[in-house]
Amino acid sequence: MLRYSLKRLASLVISLAIASLVIFLVIEVAPGDPASYMLGINAQPETVAALRAELGLDVPKAERYLNWVGGMVQGDFGTSYTYRTPVGQMIADRMWVSLPLALYALTLSTLIAFPAGIYAAARRGKPGDMAVMGATQLGVAVPNFWFAMMLVLVFAINLRWFSAGGFPGWDKGFWLSMKSLTLPAIALALPQSAILARVMRSSLLDILSEDFMRTARAKGLSRRQALWRHGLRNALIPVLTIIGLQFSFLLAGGIIIEQVFFLPGLGRLIFQSISARDLIVVESVVMLLVFSVILVNFLVDLAYAAVDPRLRSRT
Amino acid sequence: MIRSRNLFIGGTLCFVVVAAALLSFVWTPYDITQMDIPNKLQKPNGIHWFGTDHFGRDIFSMIMIGARTSLAVAIVAVGIGMGLGVPLGLWAAANKGGWIDEIIMRGNDLIFAFPSLVIAILITAVMGASALNAIIAIGIFNIPVFARLTRSGALSLWEREFILAARVAGKSKPRISAEHILPNVANLLIVQGTIQFSLGILAEAGLSYVGLGAQPPTPSWGRMLADAQTMVSFAPHLALVPGLAIVTAVLGLNLLGDGLRDLLDPKIRVVRS
Amino acid sequence: MSLLTVDNLSLSIGDFSILRDVSFSIEPGEIVAVTGESGSGKSMTAFSVMQLLPERAKSTGQIRLEGKDLLSLSEPQLCAIRGNDIGMVFQEPMTALNPVKTIGAQVMETILIHTDMTPAQAEEQARDMLTRVGLPPDRFPLSRYPHELSGGQRQRVVIAMAIALRPKLLIADEPTTALDVTTQAQILDLLKELVAEFGMGLMMITHDLAVVSDMADRIIVMRHGEIVEQGETRALFADMKHPYTRALFEASGHQVDLPDAPDGPDPILQVTNAIRDYPLPRTRLFAPREHHRAVNDITFTIHHGERVGLVGESGCGKSTLTRAILGLEPLQSGSITAFGHTVGPAMNPALRSGLQVVFQDPYGSFNPRHKVARIVTEPFHLLPDPPTGTARDTAIAEALTAVGLKPEDAQKYIHEFSGGQRQRIAIARALIIRPELIIFDEAVSALDVSIRAQILDLIADLSRSHNLSYLFISHDLSVVRTVTDRVLVMKSGEIVEQGDTKEVFSNPQHPYTQTLIAAAPVLPQVGKGAA
Repeated sequence: MLRYSLKRLASLVISLAIASLVIFLVIEVAPGDPASYMLGINAQPETVAALRAELGLDVPKAERYLNWVGGMVQGDFGTSYTYRTPVGQMIADRMWVSLPLALYALTLSTLIAFPAGIYAAARRGKPGDMAVMGATQLGVAVPNFWFAMMLVLVFAINLRWFSAGGFPGWDKGFWLSMKSLTLPAIALALPQSAILARVMRSSLLDILSEDFMRTARAKGLSRRQALWRHGLRNALIPVLTIIGLQFSFLLAGGIIIEQVFFLPGLGRLIFQSISARDLIVVESVVMLLVFSVILVNFLVDLAYAAVDPRLRSRT
Repeated sequence: MIRSRNLFIGGTLCFVVVAAALLSFVWTPYDITQMDIPNKLQKPNGIHWFGTDHFGRDIFSMIMIGARTSLAVAIVAVGIGMGLGVPLGLWAAANKGGWIDEIIMRGNDLIFAFPSLVIAILITAVMGASALNAIIAIGIFNIPVFARLTRSGALSLWEREFILAARVAGKSKPRISAEHILPNVANLLIVQGTIQFSLGILAEAGLSYVGLGAQPPTPSWGRMLADAQTMVSFAPHLALVPGLAIVTAVLGLNLLGDGLRDLLDPKIRVVRS
Repeated sequence: MSLLTVDNLSLSIGDFSILRDVSFSIEPGEIVAVTGESGSGKSMTAFSVMQLLPERAKSTGQIRLEGKDLLSLSEPQLCAIRGNDIGMVFQEPMTALNPVKTIGAQVMETILIHTDMTPAQAEEQARDMLTRVGLPPDRFPLSRYPHELSGGQRQRVVIAMAIALRPKLLIADEPTTALDVTTQAQILDLLKELVAEFGMGLMMITHDLAVVSDMADRIIVMRHGEIVEQGETRALFADMKHPYTRALFEASGHQVDLPDAPDGPDPILQVTNAIRDYPLPRTRLFAPREHHRAVNDITFTIHHGERVGLVGESGCGKSTLTRAILGLEPLQSGSITAFGHTVGPAMNPALRSGLQVVFQDPYGSFNPRHKVARIVTEPFHLLPDPPTGTARDTAIAEALTAVGLKPEDAQKYIHEFSGGQRQRIAIARALIIRPELIIFDEAVSALDVSIRAQILDLIADLSRSHNLSYLFISHDLSVVRTVTDRVLVMKSGEIVEQGDTKEVFSNPQHPYTQTLIAAAPVLPQVGKGAA
């Protein structure tokens, strides 16, 4: 188990190194000179030179890359050109909106999908299964940001149960903040839970036809007992993969949903930075998103090993 | 008969969307380049079936032309994904366990760490927003999907004895891949292709909604939704109609994919995420 | 009162009738074998007794366990009987156990759901049962997972689960079919002992008459969902009344009429000190790579016109050796020479044409999208100047005719053929370029006995008409014995014994060969008078 974890950890570090290199190459090398790109075509040469010095562009590219990575490892993401504040600080503030939103949505999605998938699998081919499958078919087809707009229309504008957008800040009270994240989280979670429920159902159905399920029935377990004691844990293995993938989609999808609800999260930050050509901020936020995807995949790998003993002994 | 029902409903919905897109090249009810301010923000009625927007443009016409953008972006993106992903997957499977396989698969893992939105952000940050960038972003994201699918389908085929027989008949790995492997994973690819197509439409809508996709004046469903956002309280049809158009296209493609899977090979499992 | 009485059991799924009027009974302590070919309904009979049938299955008749009619019981009542009064052992030990639970937990589960023992007591009993089936906890702790055990050991765990509560009836569905012959003998012995010890009735489903001939008290022969004949084992073998029983018996011990091998040494295949290693995954990062030696220093020669057998259990390296001979995998040392040329992945295609192969799986050996004509002509790829047009058609027709098919079959797709016909097509594909040597890699192992007998006859006929030389690889000793002149016995990558087939079988020298031959089940000698 320890060896397995270390191996996964090593691959995590390698992935991060390569991903950071790709991002660095695209952002700092592709546009030619980032400083003149950021300042636009009308900039004075001396302003550009000043920015070059400030960004550390006058050192060789390899050294610049190492400085950037080295800085990030120590928590220093550089200084935003437009806002003149440390990027690390800006990201940290926005993270407190984006991360809770993604986790909230993931929890909702799992809470909806598991019962729905298990219910449908246990009633395969019966009206209950057909109803769940029909609903998920529709759920998969709905774009989450449009669904978000419809939620606003119904629950904020017409019913006035929720506010149409904005975020009060955690210091104004936990429940108030949670309430303002509820519609965005539902909008993110429902389409994802449709996918997850389908995966859960088909994974369970696969397991139900396995030989060991027949063995369990031959022991005298009822259909339901066999499903819970032997089916579920085995069915969880493919479901975990999807949950891992979904987290990255929820983070990315959250960026779009934040636009619908005017939430001060990473999405707002990144779109403002793109229009302000603030490459330093874009670079760091993208790196952070990619880092979280890779980290979640690492955690999923560890979860695999917890569920499947075959992975633990294999190295 | 569930299978024929999926195929029928899915096929019909897809036909409607494709027909609308094709028809828009030669005819739309109104000219959408003309503003008609006096008739702005009309609710759906007998003259403007889906109503008009804040410039008085006919929404039905815009939806038709928007279908063109959505389909074009999705087709090209799936084409990029298949065109690069399938050969890579075949190549990796033919050299299973070797360093080529390792590099292709690790490369795939790496791309998977970049959701298509993040790729689009990266490209837009340095090149500016355009429909082409959306195509590239969705296309890149599709490569590992098809590479993995092809590889896993091909790997199980390489274990089969008819492949051994072909090797005993002296055929080379590329030739076996083309002659025996590809035709036998084709069903798998067609079904997954339909699903990726629908995901492409969703992704395109999302990217244009946040301004990373098709730029004005090109009509696109995602842009229409972005424009509608501030007016949703007094003109909800502006948001409702493009959203339903997206749902129709995506639902149609998904049902078509499920129907095709049941028709071609019930054992195929698609990955949807 | 009998332990189990089945009366006029009929079973259908949808419009398909699976079983018709099946009646038999089993007494306590009795071993009853239900035998037949695929599609005979023998497994469905077993699952009917367990009442573990597909949802749409409809049964009529009676299945009485100690007088209680199982067909009239509710599902909860049946759950109380399964595992408690009736235990079941399955064919595939590799998949019959839950991969994510320990063997201890899986054996304990049977005990815990039917009794009110505490987990500690159940664990104690599970330990006893595992010890009883030959897995003492000091060597096989209860915390082991299924993937840490071999096939035979897993089958022992399945047996321990089935007998944990000393059921009155044990059903074993092909319990040894997936196992090697020496493991098979051990598992069969274990089952026999358990029946004697616990006084259970044992219903044993098997396709292999030889397996049950010296074990069963009674034999039931089934075909197409009906019982064609049943009786006390010795009496049944002595006087087979139904022609199908006689045909099955004949096919099970089928002897082919092999022409004499030509004299005079004319070596066509020489394997000299062949070694093939596979790298193992590294145990530690940067540790030197360890290797598994699949083929270890093997030397033998096949002469023109000779029919050589290669026997060995799974994992002995015979598949690796086959691939090396076919030139699909490189050797680490030593050499393989065919017709005077070195064999290897880099060899000239034209040289490969002397060597063809017939594989085991009649369903996996053909590209399902190609027609028979394209399938059988694939080896033409090896020829520098392959025949075209009429010459090609003639070659196809000849090859198909030689294997007992019709020239018209060339235009059909492979799914239109049965398993036996597919093996004929595979042989036609090997024959079409007139190779000097054919490798039969478990070529009859997946076939029912009657089909197997026909294919063996075909091989013997082709030996006569085409003067074939072949290497016949099989785990089945009785088959190798009848179709080969010389035999090689392989164990752990090495050839431990080789010699004249009759000589080796009647007077094995190496202890391993002796074990193998002793473990192989044999049919009783019955006078031909019965036939």
